[in-house]
Amino acid sequence: MEKNKKAAQYQQRVKELAPKSKTAQMLIKAFLVGGLICCIGQAIRDFAQFTLKLPEKDVGTFTSIFLVFLGGLLTGLGVYDKIGKFAGAGSVVPITGFANSVVAPAMEHRSEGLVLGVCANLFKLAGPVLVYGVGSSIIVGLLYLWLG
Amino acid sequence: MPRKRMGERTFAFKRPPYVWSSGSIVGDVEAAGPLGEKFDLVLEDDTWGEGSWEKAECKMFEHAVRIALEKCGLETEQLQCMLGGDLLNQIVTANYAARQLDVPFLGLYGACSTMAQALLLGSVLIDGGFLGNAACVSSSHFSTAERQYRFPLEMGTVSPPTAQRTVTGAGCTVLGAQPPESGGRNITTYNGVRVKEATLGKVVDMGILDAANMGAAMAPAAASTIMAFLRDTNRTPDMLDAIITGDLGVFGSEMLLELCDDEGIKLAGKHHDCGVMVFSPDQKLNCGGSGCGCPAVVLNAHILPRISAGEWRQVLFLATGALMSPTTSLQGESIPGIAHAVLIEKES
Repeated sequence: MEKNKKAAQYQQRVKELAPKSKTAQMLIKAFLVGGLICCIGQAIRDFAQFTLKLPEKDVGTFTSIFLVFLGGLLTGLGVYDKIGKFAGAGSVVPITGFANSVVAPAMEHRSEGLVLGVCANLFKLAGPVLVYGVGSSIIVGLLYLWLG
Repeated sequence: MPRKRMGERTFAFKRPPYVWSSGSIVGDVEAAGPLGEKFDLVLEDDTWGEGSWEKAECKMFEHAVRIALEKCGLETEQLQCMLGGDLLNQIVTANYAARQLDVPFLGLYGACSTMAQALLLGSVLIDGGFLGNAACVSSSHFSTAERQYRFPLEMGTVSPPTAQRTVTGAGCTVLGAQPPESGGRNITTYNGVRVKEATLGKVVDMGILDAANMGAAMAPAAASTIMAFLRDTNRTPDMLDAIITGDLGVFGSEMLLELCDDEGIKLAGKHHDCGVMVFSPDQKLNCGGSGCGCPAVVLNAHILPRISAGEWRQVLFLATGALMSPTTSLQGESIPGIAHAVLIEKES
């Protein structure tokens, strides 16, 4: 009992004294970088729509593919992690962050071989996103079916 | 009570082992820190020409031993035992380095406390007359530790302000039963530096769950060992020149001072931390350095030379380890800590 009390007191003190994240500063950085990535996305979209004259339904797909490519490329060049250290959620949330979370483990596990290294670890971080994404879309699909 | 024991958990060596020599190897980030010029070897490339970071860490471990042995004029065949470990699963770094060195080997795991654990056990074996010399080693590598404990390196994530950076480095201390210049060897490294006493650590867990706040998780273990040492040997902190912890970092050190303060023990002015010493605040690495390599390289490149030069005469060196794994963290377990201590003295 005495030990638990002491531990609880210590945890409380650590909570109070620990250096805190600079939330306001991080929010601004995330907003700026996240916003910039979205602006680039919009530029790609306009390029697809007005210059390449792609049909309306393909424009979104084209933009996603392009952004994922950029995210993967910047990860491979060792730039995306630096952007991420600055921007936090600003570079994690957009689709480029998803690309980063797939390419990063793939690069890292190259030393363990192509099958059990690269392939087995490819979705180590992105896997949960896919599981929840696919899972929730099945539920929504069933609801649509049920509600007509 | 046995002759060489004091109090609850302290050993007093009857024939205190001599510190013969040191070897230290670090990466470029460590070399850019305040102790940069003191290390024996600096890696420009963190794979050191190897195919993986694990292989590079193994090579660092091996070469830290080779450097230390060369400095005290000992051939690898003459080394009677190597004691050491690292942070990787199954302590593979130490195991594979021992394969290369072909020496009698005891692999140890005490997380980041391994350096002190190795010194303690090495000293016990030498004082007991079982060994004439021993190499005590530990290593860590930023890239291998990140992979095992955190995220892939190229992942763009922000580390919280309490986080510490794993030191890329390996450090080796060679201990011997006789003075270093015995056996006609021409030793210029250390003069009259001996391991006099050692205190065993207990596993202390105050329920910290945050793996990005290791300093706070390990501080209670450090406080427990420091207080046990002072109690067992009837000393006060004023009687020592320095009390040096392994890798509590900036915030963990703060918590250690608080915990000792509660017990009426004032460490301020005497306490230093290798994790704080190894990087400068300008490097913006949050709370400082961590990992097995952190206390190992700071001890061998900075602390031992200072003791030998007489700048510090009596130093309590303790390395702290966080004894969790990624699996236990995911299962919601808190982080237990341990700290072993050795008292290193300059003979007058």
